[in-house]
Amino acid sequence: MSRISTLFGKLLQNRRKALIPFITAGDPEPGMMVPLMHELVQAGADVIELGVPFSDPMADGPTIQRSSERALKHRVSLQDVLAMVEEFRESDSSTPVVLMGYANPVEAMGYDAFTARAKACGVDGVLIVDYPPEESVEWVEYLKRQNIAPIFLLSPTTPQRRVERVASLAEGYVYYVSLKGVTGSLHLDLHDVAEKLDGLRSRISIPIGVGFGIRDGATARAVAELADAVVVGSRIIEEIERSPKAEVLTNVHRLVKSLRIAIDAASPAPSAAVKLTHL
Amino acid sequence: MKVYDLPDSHGHFGPYGGIFVAETLISALEDLRIQYERYRSDADFQAEFAHELKHYVGRPTPIYHAKRWSAQLGGAQILLKREDLNHTGAHKINNAMGQALLARRMGKSRVIAETGAGQHGVATATVAARYGMECVIYMGSVDVERQAANVYRMKLLGAEVIPVESGSRTLKDALNEAMRDWVTNVADTFYIIGTVAGPHPYPMMVRDFQAIIGREAITQMQEDYGRQPDALIACVGGGSNAIGLFYPYLDSSIRMIGVEAAGHGVETDQHAATLTKGRPGVLHGNRTYLIQDENGQIVETHSISAGLDYPGVGPEHAWLKDSGRAEYFGITDEQALEAFHALCHYEGIIPALESSHALAYAARLAPALTSDKLLLVNLSGRGDKDMPTVARASHITF
Repeated sequence: MSRISTLFGKLLQNRRKALIPFITAGDPEPGMMVPLMHELVQAGADVIELGVPFSDPMADGPTIQRSSERALKHRVSLQDVLAMVEEFRESDSSTPVVLMGYANPVEAMGYDAFTARAKACGVDGVLIVDYPPEESVEWVEYLKRQNIAPIFLLSPTTPQRRVERVASLAEGYVYYVSLKGVTGSLHLDLHDVAEKLDGLRSRISIPIGVGFGIRDGATARAVAELADAVVVGSRIIEEIERSPKAEVLTNVHRLVKSLRIAIDAASPAPSAAVKLTHL
Repeated sequence: MKVYDLPDSHGHFGPYGGIFVAETLISALEDLRIQYERYRSDADFQAEFAHELKHYVGRPTPIYHAKRWSAQLGGAQILLKREDLNHTGAHKINNAMGQALLARRMGKSRVIAETGAGQHGVATATVAARYGMECVIYMGSVDVERQAANVYRMKLLGAEVIPVESGSRTLKDALNEAMRDWVTNVADTFYIIGTVAGPHPYPMMVRDFQAIIGREAITQMQEDYGRQPDALIACVGGGSNAIGLFYPYLDSSIRMIGVEAAGHGVETDQHAATLTKGRPGVLHGNRTYLIQDENGQIVETHSISAGLDYPGVGPEHAWLKDSGRAEYFGITDEQALEAFHALCHYEGIIPALESSHALAYAARLAPALTSDKLLLVNLSGRGDKDMPTVARASHITF
């Protein structure tokens, strides 16, 4: 069984929800990434989403754009990101790592070379923001050949037909974008999220994570009552951005820990939980 | 005869084009595609578009025989399709007008656009004023600084100009920012993309609105010369003026030449010759040739002409290159300036620096051909906006 399935199986048994922090590989600096990843796990992260920096992050708001720019100042490449995962794996063989980024760095490396190397480094899933399912047929085949989970986005505007298409391709978990707009936007309508997730449950058999717009413990807790996983990105990047380098690990730890506590205080509706048999 | 019928229903031109965007934009693009396909064959819409092009834009634009310059070059005759005579001074208004009419049909009260040199921004601000729509223009802060006159022009027309501070702070970043605005405000906002790039249906839609250039040319050539030209020549940044001229000619065997900005030379890293030096990849919603580093990061380009200074190119041009239907060459800053001055001197026409690249290639080709050959060059814009740049290149200060 894959690391992602094992994790969600265990969480389900313990009636817990996953906390998935997002950080950009290379921000604040390449040398700090592996310690930062371990710190996230110690603070209570279940999965790490590691952003691959790109020069033109079209779907991201200002916070993650700046993060990507800081990483690119260090000339962090996709190869470097994979090396970080490889090093992380030397002392953590259980926490799933999902790469999240844009198509062009992967295209430049080539599907074959990328998926082979990603597998060897211990990458568990990949989400390419600008690969919608229609353009992903060949890509998904390459990932599945290496047992890497293709992760896809769903949005409030995704029609039923496309949800089914995503359901047929996706593995690991799907990532429901909780609002219109870019990452780091401010408003999240919990009522709307609840309604949409209800609709998705009947068509999506793998866990559903919710992200975009989760900025504090209260929202994280509320989302944990609806979804299988809570994804937090921009808020963590902000913490990295505003912390002096010597305090990044401590401050990020404190923030992630507070999110962990909030999520664990959630009392999930039983109907919201994914069924164990689908994992 | 083989009939050209690209793109396919998913917006592919061979391996290029497509829809490479985040899920959050998919339904907006789907809606746009459905609406566009509806109005594309709607007689009322087409009649209104034709009426506006005639009475507001000033079409048809003439074909002018540059006799003195042709004689001086000694060889083929150079004919100019005078897109510089359009309202606002370039071909950009053809497309801005078409998309504004579509925005109105779709009930959108706000239009946004990206701009590099400012020509598309001015065209969009113009049609927004014409129809009383709110208008926001995204422009890299570097371009805001070097195109101050066009920024002022847009503001006069009632547009809000937002300087973009991310990335390289140029055209590509303005496009990123406009996309972010669109995904956030899609309910009331129409994104008027200025070139034949972006996700489907944009490359097709912008091409269709610009194809008036080639359709007029076919009629005018027949009327004025009794035959079609021996070659078509147009500059290519994103490639909208070139595709506008080429598209109606695609089923013929007439030679088509796209001219890219070679900047300081394609052997340097200071150019914008995407089809000559780039590699296929994915940017701004479509697969196409891109100027990128070995890690797939998009790199900054250079051209004396801001309108050609873009690291991508329309996916249909990528396909026309690979299929061999069109040829693409680079012209340096210096060669473009030389052609710019020649046209001023021999014909009394001040061309845009973008168009000067096409002129420079024609000037190289003409002497090798006999004097009965006809080269049709798309004079895509006028050069008034380029006065500060040309003066600087000539070491003149006002």
